[in-house]
Amino acid sequence: MKINVDRDACCGAGQCVLLAPDVFDQDEEGIVVLLDERPAADQDFAVQEAVSMCPTGVIWVDQNA
Amino acid sequence: MSDLLDYPIPSDRAIEPPPEWEELRQQCPVAKVRLASGGEATLLTRYDDVRAMLTDGRFGRVIPSGGTGVGSQDDGGTFSNDPTGVMADEEQHQAWRRLVNATFTAKRVQALAPGITARAERLIDDMLAAGGPADLVPALAFPLPVWVICELLGVPEDQRERFPYWSDTALSTTRYSQEEISAARQEFGAYMAALVEAKRAQPGDDLISELIALVDQNDPRLTAQTVIGTSMALLVAGHETTASHIAKMMALFLGDRSRWERLVADPSLVRSAVEESLRFDPNAGFGMVRWVDEDIEIAGESIPAGTTVVCSLAAANRDEGTFEGADEMDLGRRPNPHLSFGAGAYSCLGQSLARTELQIVLAALVRKVPSLELAVDVESVPRKEGLLVAGFDELPVKWEE
Ligand code: HEM
Ligand code: HEM
Ligand code: SF4
Repeated sequence: MKINVDRDACCGAGQCVLLAPDVFDQDEEGIVVLLDERPAADQDFAVQEAVSMCPTGVIWVDQNA
Repeated sequence: MSDLLDYPIPSDRAIEPPPEWEELRQQCPVAKVRLASGGEATLLTRYDDVRAMLTDGRFGRVIPSGGTGVGSQDDGGTFSNDPTGVMADEEQHQAWRRLVNATFTAKRVQALAPGITARAERLIDDMLAAGGPADLVPALAFPLPVWVICELLGVPEDQRERFPYWSDTALSTTRYSQEEISAARQEFGAYMAALVEAKRAQPGDDLISELIALVDQNDPRLTAQTVIGTSMALLVAGHETTASHIAKMMALFLGDRSRWERLVADPSLVRSAVEESLRFDPNAGFGMVRWVDEDIEIAGESIPAGTTVVCSLAAANRDEGTFEGADEMDLGRRPNPHLSFGAGAYSCLGQSLARTELQIVLAALVRKVPSLELAVDVESVPRKEGLLVAGFDELPVKWEE
């Protein structure tokens, strides 16, 4: 499983960081920074929640990669 | 033309949505409506359509003159007026957002949490000390968000009492006359201009000082006028919405007291319960507007260029196609991709802050006043009318002393 983000379309509202702080962070402009593109399985639920709550839909998970 | 639906749809029920939402979603997901301005607009009520419209980068929220405005005022009301001057242009808007975002990142907001918690507890202690019944709006729902946003921006404590009026007039559709609104806007603008100049002379550790320092370093993204407009927008955006949601959230939890009891029994539900209160909110106000300036098609209906499209976030939040048991409040619902903060590039900049404030207030009340209950029947609580942000004027509560 590999996480992808599209930084160009991120609006910087930080929902991903609130939900999964070990996986996502924000830079000084608020834009998402991926801390861990292959997090441990205990992060799965938080990552899924971030995917569905991200207001711009710019986080997606590639199950096969 | 008289068969046009008036929007907003009047509803006389405090914590139930108007039945028209379900009919519209089922039978008329792309509906023609008449707004308070007298003009025609197109209303969307299904989750997928609303989300697609909000995230469509082609369409912004500024309605040009000649387009259908929202309010009864001459200038069409709030959505025709952009204090920041950046909303009409996508690139400018994005540059502005990235600048202001810095203050509202999740980590910076979390760093504020202990201070917000202390403030919330103090307000609750004062309310308890004064004895019940009490009105939760002036005791807690209103002063907490005002304090938070004024701290962030650096507005001095002794100058805060005019904000409620300025903010109410800024978000008015029908409640105030055009004269009152223009006068209030001017007064608010003059106040902010003076504050920005004062910060320039004597910077503090706050957002206005940070922004004005960038202007003075000739950052091309900003002018002094943008700083003034941004500060005004943040003051309005940062308190009215959060204050009214605190009251609405508490009305939902206390109006059906089994919900409150569930929270008291299991405070770990606070986070998901806050999200569910945002989704469930039947008084979520006007919704969000987009100016569609090219011919498009939504759900098989063609929308001609030059249409004001209103997205009902609240109706979309009750769409069974997205939310199982959409008309049931489920305090543990996860994930909860509701649209109460909008979606896409214009979605709420302050949502991390708003969520943090709401979670703190709810957790503090659950912890400190588990016996809290409404002092009157929820249907008899007076509500604000004619404002874009709907809500309660007061919320009488009592507790075991
Ligand atoms: C073009 C101009 C703008 C108009 C007309 C406008 C108007 C509104 C209105 C009416 C709402 C209320 C919606 C509701 O019932 O929920 C609203 C929401 C909001 N707008 Fe604006 N706004 C404009 C620009 C801005 C700007 C520049 C900001 C901030 C920088 C801003 C921030 C907000 C915020 C925060 C909300 C809160 C959402 C809410 O009330 O639920 N708006 N905007
Ligand atoms: C419960 C509380 C809140 C709700 C329900 C809410 C809701 C919203 C919504 C729906 C929008 C989207 C407007 C659109 O799509 O046109 C918005 C925008 C905005 N909100 Fe909030 N908001 C809340 C609290 C806050 C707070 C605390 C702040 C900040 C300090 C804030 C700042 C903003 C700003 C600046 C925008 C405009 C963003 C942009 O245009 O890029 N909001 N809000
Ligand atoms: S939730 Fe989405 S939009 Fe928000 S910071 Fe994370 S990636 Fe960006």
